[in-house]
Amino acid sequence: MIKEICQKYAPHKDNLIQILHDIQDQDPQHYISPEAVDTVAEYLKIPANHIYGVLTFYTMYSTKPRGKNIIRLCESPPCYLKGSDNILRKLKILLGINVGETTKDGIFTLEFTACLGVCGNAPVMMINDDVYGDLTEEKVEDIIAKIRGRK
Amino acid sequence: MKFYRSHILVSINEASLAAGVQDFISALRNELAKNDLAEEINILETGPLGFFGKGICLTVYPENINYAEVKSEDIPELVQEHFLKGRPVKRLMLEGAEKFSPKFNYENRIVLRNSGIIDPENIDDYIGAGGYEALEKALTQMQPNDVIAEVKKAGLKGRGGAAFPAGVKWGFTSVLNAPQKYVVVNADEGEPGTFKDRLIMEGDPHQLLEGIMLCARAVGASKAYIYIRGEYKLCIARLEKAIKQDYEYGILGKNIFDSGFNLDIELKIGAGAYVCGEETALIESLEGNRGNPRWKPPFPGVEGLWKAPTVVNNVETLANVPFIIAKGADEYLKYGTKECPGTKVYTILGDVSYPGLCEVDMGTTLRTIINDYAGGMKKGFRFKAALVGGAAGVILPDRLLDVKMDFSSLNQYAAVLGSGAILVLNEHQSIVDLLWSILRFFRHESCGKCSPCKNGTEQLYRLISKIRKGNGTMEDVNLMLNIAETMQQTSFCALGQSPIMAIRSAIENFTDEFIEITKK
Repeated sequence: MIKEICQKYAPHKDNLIQILHDIQDQDPQHYISPEAVDTVAEYLKIPANHIYGVLTFYTMYSTKPRGKNIIRLCESPPCYLKGSDNILRKLKILLGINVGETTKDGIFTLEFTACLGVCGNAPVMMINDDVYGDLTEEKVEDIIAKIRGRK
Repeated sequence: MKFYRSHILVSINEASLAAGVQDFISALRNELAKNDLAEEINILETGPLGFFGKGICLTVYPENINYAEVKSEDIPELVQEHFLKGRPVKRLMLEGAEKFSPKFNYENRIVLRNSGIIDPENIDDYIGAGGYEALEKALTQMQPNDVIAEVKKAGLKGRGGAAFPAGVKWGFTSVLNAPQKYVVVNADEGEPGTFKDRLIMEGDPHQLLEGIMLCARAVGASKAYIYIRGEYKLCIARLEKAIKQDYEYGILGKNIFDSGFNLDIELKIGAGAYVCGEETALIESLEGNRGNPRWKPPFPGVEGLWKAPTVVNNVETLANVPFIIAKGADEYLKYGTKECPGTKVYTILGDVSYPGLCEVDMGTTLRTIINDYAGGMKKGFRFKAALVGGAAGVILPDRLLDVKMDFSSLNQYAAVLGSGAILVLNEHQSIVDLLWSILRFFRHESCGKCSPCKNGTEQLYRLISKIRKGNGTMEDVNLMLNIAETMQQTSFCALGQSPIMAIRSAIENFTDEFIEITKK
């Protein structure tokens, strides 16, 4: 599986970031496992520690298993001024977890993100590939309930 | 071409997609067809309309009426009233827009001239609007040096923040003899509050591609990379589509227009790191490394990607180039000021009536931008300050509202234009709080390569947190200045050199607030 993803790209180091994106996107737990790192290292003929360096540098990657839905709340100044802290408090209560943690049922992971560039609709969060803007505490409650209902 | 009596422009962006714009459009099509209007009224899916209404936003031409937050339930009324009877539906119109006509459809547009007007996913629309004329001219009537001379004459300065003259930068690379040269587009837009590049790419992706082609032709590059943020899903999709169309039309690839010029453009997706907006860090990232900046010199223009000469330019900079080549530098010089010709795209956010983006002449004052392009302050709010340029920007008080917004005028006030983000604060918002948020951002984004930045951003965050809680003293405030100044002088790259700007401007312009909070 991992090997097949690698083979879509030429075995050059500059494809590393794209390969890691693809591996993480198809993983049901949205993370990159130690085994995956070894496979990529072998394919690109680069040391595994280089890959760990890259993985831990960029915020979009995770080396820990994550939930089915990754909530990325924007913490940059424009969203902060529009009350992203209240949204964070609400999310923590609703999910019962802190930033960087995953709910026990594995449905949600809560993270911060840098500016998403949707500041016209601040405060903003992203759940997987979808952007949710103009957030209020009630709206957040609805969104979480809807996703929970979907399972 | 078919003639329609009316055009409905529908903005497709992250917010409208979340509001279900695709279903909305099919419902609107059905309703128009039901009323025999399908042949008379055209629906155009386009990019940003220039204002940020919530949810689904429409602009109707030729009346130029803006609707915001339109829902599927509103469609029958809209079609009956507006499109059959010609009576715009006041209830749905952008709040206050019937009394006040903001200059959404900016008079002087270069970069955004097609945005919100053409279908960004259709190359024919771009060509119909004069697209790829500049490329044809550059390939058939001009030598590469003529292209550089024209850009130099136009005085185009980099729009990513550093304001380095683009033509001069290209000149460094073009004279080098190298087997391979590269053009890299910096679309890793991470400055908080800035999203102009996203909207430029979403609204008119082909214009950026044409700018890249002109740059590549000028410097002799045969390969270009667009380094784009992983979070910009719609942009990525549109650029991929546009690149594919170019290959189909023979505008990219080998021997373009029989001129012997070859070019390939590839998208590279970033993975989330603010520091990758720094050109050498971006190159490191393109090579598959951690995005740590490199020592300069050698500059990328001489030794960049895989040690080959590489021109790195911002999206907005390159988007200006097709106009300069097609219309000539003299036409370009009619815009803006003598020192800083051309226009600038801004994103205006915060407590203004119509947050959004606008493109205005360089040198337009902050007051004009806020009042004429964003509809002034929101009802019931008073202006307190504006954060200009993002986190690596400055906080300006009301007495500086009439400063001309261009690179050189702002310099006199130790202020920067940066990437063009304007965040407006009302009188109830705290500057200390804003500064805390900015410093939290820098602490998170420092790449950790050099000590001044790694330790400095941490210390600054601790100090501002202490002050914010009311436990700080004026000594702490002065210590912050001291640390940030040291960082400015000793940090490896622009990231560590930047916090001083926000800190100094906050403390100098709003001293009272710091005195007040440290008194407790």
